[in-house]
Amino acid sequence: MIYLDHAATSWPKPPEVSAAMHDFLERAGGNPGRSGHKLSIEAARVIFDTRDALADFFGVQDPTRVIFTLNATHALNLAIQGLLQPGQRVITGGMEHNAVMRPLRALQQRGVQVEVIPAESDGSLSPQKFAAALQTPARLVILNHASNVSGTIAPAEEIARLAHAAGAWVLVDAAQTAGSLPIHLPTMGADLLAFTGHKGLQGPPGTGGLVLADTFDTAQLSPLVRGGTGSRSEFETQPEDLPDRYESGTPNGVGIAGLKAGLDWVQQHGLQAIRAQEDELKQTLQQGLTRLAGVQVYGPTHPDQSVAIVSFTIQGKHVSEIGRRLDEEFDILCRVGLHCAPAAHRSLGTFPNGTVRLAIGPTTSPQDIASTLRAVERIINP
Amino acid sequence: MSRGIVLFHTTTSALRGEKALKKAGFLVKLIPTPRELSSDCGFVIEFHDLPLNQLQAALNEAGLEFEIHFLP
Repeated sequence: MIYLDHAATSWPKPPEVSAAMHDFLERAGGNPGRSGHKLSIEAARVIFDTRDALADFFGVQDPTRVIFTLNATHALNLAIQGLLQPGQRVITGGMEHNAVMRPLRALQQRGVQVEVIPAESDGSLSPQKFAAALQTPARLVILNHASNVSGTIAPAEEIARLAHAAGAWVLVDAAQTAGSLPIHLPTMGADLLAFTGHKGLQGPPGTGGLVLADTFDTAQLSPLVRGGTGSRSEFETQPEDLPDRYESGTPNGVGIAGLKAGLDWVQQHGLQAIRAQEDELKQTLQQGLTRLAGVQVYGPTHPDQSVAIVSFTIQGKHVSEIGRRLDEEFDILCRVGLHCAPAAHRSLGTFPNGTVRLAIGPTTSPQDIASTLRAVERIINP
Repeated sequence: MSRGIVLFHTTTSALRGEKALKKAGFLVKLIPTPRELSSDCGFVIEFHDLPLNQLQAALNEAGLEFEIHFLP
């Protein structure tokens, strides 16, 4: 079997991930922060160590500014719904996932002004267009760090600089880049960054978070969920302390233990080394597909401008048919269609049919890519 | 021998406190909150015969809110 759906979730996970999860359940199974016995302390320590490691990984000094969520969508909802009030303006790009667009469209119904800056046909975003839109005051700029459809990387640093100069905050959706591209919050200029644990970071589903820059004023961000935190229980109001302000309810300790093992694995293998290997395979795949008659490949041509995602269509063939044949006849697993990102497909000119998406991961081999190219060729010329 | 307890508001602060104190070379331990004290966080830091001002300085440097109690 050839797994080319790493942009949906990475698979297989490093064996250390399931070992850490097993260990958590067997050894550290208490409720972190609720009780005081050894199992509770052990569970809290696992979560604390993960928080600490993620703060280091993203370049944040204060580990309590790493807020655990269930996934990137949950983190984006916390940021978007917690920051924006009716009457305020938000600017975003034309490559966003529905994890951003759906909360924004719901807020639009309640009087938030939403401006979408169109992307180019390769999925790239023009900082000049953002600069023009920022002539009118905005509270927030939201950027998809890399597209889940074409892999196109956004010029986050440049747009963040423009946003800050205009007095807007910057929220970055790093669902496709955390663990795949180096991310240092102060360098990038993100005030808030949403990440998932189960893609580039190699952790299990059900993990993710919102990272708040050390300079970000948390009084501006309302919690999305309120409830028990194991702290200041004498009050019926939500505590101000971080991370408790944004983390009510029992956390996914077992998942967070797996996330730490995934992050450790990425750091041991080296993010740059993983990226270099994936990038080489991506280029082989792109070049091979481009040579096939009737195939159109989407996204930037320069390898530095995308993560390891390749989207394509074949003239005269429906993407669902291609996906089914790759799965059934060649045992190649990928994702076809709109990838929860209709806005991105409109920008690329692939709406409403969508594309076939091949997403490479650290376990993808050159043989996998060669077999995939042969399979696509067979689908075109039976 | 004086037994000191450091109370924090949150679990994360207690763990950050433990880390800061261990880094500063102090021998401390996380224990369940003694019943004489009311802390919402289920556990506290216990220490014996340590220089109070240095201990406070290490916790302050970590930017933590805390209370110190001495128990018989």
